[in-house]
Amino acid sequence: MELLSGGEMIARFLKDEGVEYIYGYPGGAALHIYDALHRQSDVKHVLVRHEQAATHMADGYARATGKPGVVLVTSGPGATNTVTGIATAFMDSIPMVVICGQVMSYLIGEDAFQETDMIGVSRPIVKHSFSVKHPSEIPLILKKAFHIASTGRPGPVVVDIPKDMTMPNEKFEYSFPESVSLRSYTPPTKGHSGQIKKAVDLLLAAKRPMIYAGGGVIMGGASEQLTKLAKELGYPVTNTLMGLGGYSATDDQSVGMLGMHGSYEANQAMHHSDLILAIGARFDDRVTNDPDKFCPSAKIIHVDIDPASISKTIRADVPIVGPVIQVLEEMMGLIDDAPARTNQDAIASWWKQINEWRQVHGGRYDTAGDKIKPQAAVEACWRATNGDAYVASDVGQHQMFTAQYYKFSKPYRWINSGGLGTMGFGLPAAMGVKMNFPEETVVCVTGEGSIQMNIQELSTCLQYGIPVKILCLNNGSLGMVRQWQDMNYEGRHSNSYMDSLPEFKTLMDAYRHKYVEIRTKDELDAKMEEAFAMTDQLVFINCYVDPEEHVYPMQVPRGSMRDMFLSKTERT
Amino acid sequence: MRHIISVLMENEPGALSRVVGLFSQRNFNIETLNVAPTDDPTLSRLTLTTFGSDQVVEQITKQLNKLIDVVKLVDLTEGQHIEREMMLVKVRASGAQRAEVKRTVDIFRGNIVDMTPSIYTIQIVGESDKLDGFLHALSGMHILEVVRTGVSGIARGEKTLSL
Ligand SMILES: Cc1ncc(C[n+]2csc(CCOP(=O)(O)OP(=O)(O)O)c2C)c(N)n1
Ligand SMILES: [Mg+2]
Repeated sequence: MELLSGGEMIARFLKDEGVEYIYGYPGGAALHIYDALHRQSDVKHVLVRHEQAATHMADGYARATGKPGVVLVTSGPGATNTVTGIATAFMDSIPMVVICGQVMSYLIGEDAFQETDMIGVSRPIVKHSFSVKHPSEIPLILKKAFHIASTGRPGPVVVDIPKDMTMPNEKFEYSFPESVSLRSYTPPTKGHSGQIKKAVDLLLAAKRPMIYAGGGVIMGGASEQLTKLAKELGYPVTNTLMGLGGYSATDDQSVGMLGMHGSYEANQAMHHSDLILAIGARFDDRVTNDPDKFCPSAKIIHVDIDPASISKTIRADVPIVGPVIQVLEEMMGLIDDAPARTNQDAIASWWKQINEWRQVHGGRYDTAGDKIKPQAAVEACWRATNGDAYVASDVGQHQMFTAQYYKFSKPYRWINSGGLGTMGFGLPAAMGVKMNFPEETVVCVTGEGSIQMNIQELSTCLQYGIPVKILCLNNGSLGMVRQWQDMNYEGRHSNSYMDSLPEFKTLMDAYRHKYVEIRTKDELDAKMEEAFAMTDQLVFINCYVDPEEHVYPMQVPRGSMRDMFLSKTERT
Repeated sequence: MRHIISVLMENEPGALSRVVGLFSQRNFNIETLNVAPTDDPTLSRLTLTTFGSDQVVEQITKQLNKLIDVVKLVDLTEGQHIEREMMLVKVRASGAQRAEVKRTVDIFRGNIVDMTPSIYTIQIVGESDKLDGFLHALSGMHILEVVRTGVSGIARGEKTLSL
């Protein structure tokens, strides 16, 4: 067996675990680890400009691949700077391992320089955390961390490593733990067959069925199975914000996104449905609107790997705890063998009704006037990228427009902070994707507000040559805040206007990136194409859009699913 | 409804704070809580009582089960069970009150575990109701201090909470 120091074990473990990139920032408590990284070349470290960005890069990678992203930071401020990124990953169930340096173990509790109780600080936003008590524990603890982060309902895991656990001259035996088992952690591997049978019976008998698919379908690697099942049944599918691409938005059976900014037809169909098959989704408040008024005539089948997600906000009639992929396959098998078929007449009239709803709003927006509409900019981006880019988004109106108008046809392509809604997520997340898929087109759709929350990463892009495209829907304001102020505060725009935006052109010059400006409708497509044609350059596309635009449909607060504003002047 | 939830968990630093943190984080209430290692030193047994609707208690048990440190748990109130709580009461007792306190202790099958010429320290074991009852019976007296352990419990019969 080999003798390695704690620092060397970390580097070596990451290699043995198959990790190619880690994202981080050095500092005192992590220096032994950084030195060990320097003396090997298998694991590549990406030096960000702020630790929050390291977590979002790791997160972007994880969302695009389904594999855990890895972050390395120092103690104290290095660790606390990761908090927003960890919380972002936690809310969206993203696998991530965050390795934090810590002060010497004998100093813990003494308010030593750069000491923060990171286990305590991160406790409510991690799936689990470990602190290392002896260097020889490092390989097994890291193995457990990766195992916990990436199995069951995925999530972030923090590993806190005091500096004296990584001393260069204290060496211990290293071997890579091929597998790990934890007596207190056994994620479900199979849904209950009796329940699955019950679900299939209900599915085949349904008259107004809806398939409501969330991010669990993507992280659970089950989009193909979902598509097969939906096709076999011929039922409508709606995706959550997290689930976009889990079922192709360009398919006829897709009724689009549901919820607060969901499509008219998706929200209407949910409301009137008699059976909802919820898969890898969690009925959160941005989906259900008022839970007491939620889908009054629907029976609910809820499939999820996390039992705590089932019947948390909306009671399930048929709860099924298991991996979505396995449950969908078993359902498919039962449907193939079942003598009963779907209720053709009822389903035909259900589709007739849905197609009528499709005509009511249909994603229309006002195209008059000479200002570029943000929706049109997203559609132009979709055309310029053949609808096949990895799209990372920031948070605000631009995020909702992208969710609505960039028709995702594949899983893993839509990278957004759905649960926490973290402004500043987009650029580093896009960078994490691009580094791992250098041949793919990766775009960050952002706003002039959000982009400034992690704009320092333009420097990281320069250092590592990360040619993402940044599409800034520049409305000169914190648009989503402004929209709420228009709707709920009689248009009093308290602090939602940002004066003194930087000259983005000069800024790109400073970072030696490219800049494209779009001001008029007639140049939209050509400029967009011009920008995307510069494949090996980072291009900042500053697209000036109508600042007055609102995101619609928008559910009426505390209403049912079907209660929506459809424009500034219409509501259901 | 009152529930007694008994949890077998890893005897690891940080495990308790995860359980307690979960309750404040998710807005669940804890009425009583106690925890100690078991005969297997790698495991701790934690017992807590909480009030909540069936739906809330279902969430509590699911969320507890999700914690990696939690090995197993049971809601004792779902079946036949024995529950006990221990209380120490320090009460001023002099003159005529001395005999009165002593009599009350006997009725509640408590023990006087320490005394001075003017003070009795009393130990009472039983269900929480009985402990409440004892304090009520002493309400005319000058109670100086009350210490309760919180409920612990075990299922009746063959049922066990073990690995
Ligand atoms: C870190 C953070 N702070 C505050 C918010 C609240 N918030 C949500 S959207 C938004 C405005 C975003 O403005 P911009 O990036 O310009 O996007 P727009 O809505 O204009 O498209 C704000 C402030 C948030 N989501 N995240
Ligand atoms: Mg804006």
